[in-house]
Amino acid sequence: MESVTPMLEFKKTCISYTKQTMAVKYVSAAIEKNTITAIMGPSGCGKSTLLRAVNLMHNLYPNIRVDGEILLNGENILAMEPIDVRRRVGMVFQRPAPFPTMSIYDNVLSGFALNGIKLSKAEKDAIVEHRLRSVSLWDEVKDVLNKKGTFLSGGQQQRLCIARALAMKPDVLLMDEPTSALDPIATKHIEELLLELQKEVTILIVTHNMGQAKRISSKSMFMYLGELVEYGDTEKLFTNPVDERTKAYLTGKMG
Amino acid sequence: MNNLKIKKRLVQDKFMCWGVCLLATLTAIPLFAILGKVLLSGYDQLSWSFFTEPTPTAYKAMKAIEAGEPIPGGIANGIIGTMIMLGMAVVVAVPLGILCGAFLAENSKTRFAQFVSYLTDLLQGTPSVIIGIITYVWVVVPMKGYSAIAGSVALCIMMLPLIVRSTEETLKILPASLKEAGLALGGNKARVMMKVQLPSAFGGIFTGVLLAISRVIGETAPLMFTALGCSFVRFAVDKPISAVPLLIWEFFNDPNLQELIWGASLFLLLFVLLLNLLSKYIAKKWNQ
Ligand SMILES: Nc1ncnc2c1ncn2[C@@H]1O[C@H](COP(=O)(O)OP(=O)(O)OP(=O)(O)O)[C@@H](O)[C@H]1O
Ligand SMILES: [Mg+2]
Repeated sequence: MESVTPMLEFKKTCISYTKQTMAVKYVSAAIEKNTITAIMGPSGCGKSTLLRAVNLMHNLYPNIRVDGEILLNGENILAMEPIDVRRRVGMVFQRPAPFPTMSIYDNVLSGFALNGIKLSKAEKDAIVEHRLRSVSLWDEVKDVLNKKGTFLSGGQQQRLCIARALAMKPDVLLMDEPTSALDPIATKHIEELLLELQKEVTILIVTHNMGQAKRISSKSMFMYLGELVEYGDTEKLFTNPVDERTKAYLTGKMG
Repeated sequence: MNNLKIKKRLVQDKFMCWGVCLLATLTAIPLFAILGKVLLSGYDQLSWSFFTEPTPTAYKAMKAIEAGEPIPGGIANGIIGTMIMLGMAVVVAVPLGILCGAFLAENSKTRFAQFVSYLTDLLQGTPSVIIGIITYVWVVVPMKGYSAIAGSVALCIMMLPLIVRSTEETLKILPASLKEAGLALGGNKARVMMKVQLPSAFGGIFTGVLLAISRVIGETAPLMFTALGCSFVRFAVDKPISAVPLLIWEFFNDPNLQELIWGASLFLLLFVLLLNLLSKYIAKKWNQ
């Protein structure tokens, strides 16, 4: 079978906050286009650290070192301009963080404003409606578009943040425990949304919730102490894990 | 046994409470004394003409006193001068101070930023009379004369550190996630600063600006070296100009005009009070 370039590929990626220790150790994994990949593992194992490397968030902090390669469509992002990378790799944070001074409308468009892209009123309206619809928030907020995004509930705010990230048409969407601050109903909304969204974007999601990983992801990574212990089909990882550490984690004996 | 201990504690508690109340009252006494004196003595002079007419000459004042009439004229020249100089100082100090504060907040770990930060502290602690004399050397001498411009330069220098600090502090306490969210959308640092961080910090920065204004509005010493004073209403920025605190000093030095001190003081006090209330209100509103 002919091999296609993976959407995202880690090649011996190492990340360290201090000289002495590595928070992520020699992670190698290829992620296919239009899939949802879950990253699991006990607290402090380096999930967020790995995820944040993909949109070069670590560049903001000069003492963090990232080694190895991370390929986006075959191109090493560590050698690219952060701004170019971040336009193609969106991110949704653990705590919903709509921009507090912007209206719902402007929040959706904030990516364009921040990139200095000018749009006509008609284009703006179309983008806002399309994106809010795709996160199924449109019906709830269409009459209050000029209100501040922070007036929304936590779950709505998180969907607004997803809409904001999607508006830039990223190839990859990074999500760091996007539902950990939300109630089960809001969580369910977002999970359904992600299943829908994988048609247009490749999603990499950190989650502590094994049920969530099972429900939405097709591939899963299990990390432990900075290492990628196991990576494969979610189905298989849950029913028949190869590594003892994965087994221990899944049965609740660890973490 | 146990009961006794609790009782002892309750008594201690009472004592503490009363002690604190007493000390608080003591501290408040001078404050109320000042407010009371200025209000009582200044209230009589407040009239429409006090705000619309310039300072009377000593001769006119003397005549009025002899005739047993209230002193004519007011402090309009001072109010206009203060507003002109404050306005020019604000227009320069606010953007400059915000830029500098943003730089310090973003690069707090670099040597240069630490150095600038140290200088800011130093500037904030510099006695105003020294700022006045330096502005005299830098502006009045080269321009060959006292002027509103020189006065506003002195006020601007005094306001800068306050604005820089409040901008820096407010930006630093914003959650890092805000900046990261902006950068994650592909914005460059300048745009994220302009469109996300600074707007979010607006409340704190605005409060800082108001406090900086209320801090310099009563400054007299630096204006003596720079604005000098002027007995009529004037709008020219390259000529000597009056200011309310300068007038208070002039009134004090002229036995015929001393009556006017309290009205001018009351004006300054009320203005500062208003600014403080406004900044409190805005800080509260922004934090909701
Ligand atoms: N800013 C930092 N400076 C120094 N060390 C850090 C920093 N952030 C994280 N670390 C360390 O890196 C390791 C991985 O942290 P990371 O945040 O990636 O874990 P995580 O898997 O996301 O955990 P959690 O599930 O709790 O979010 C941890 O040992 C942590 O102590
Ligand atoms: Mg984490």
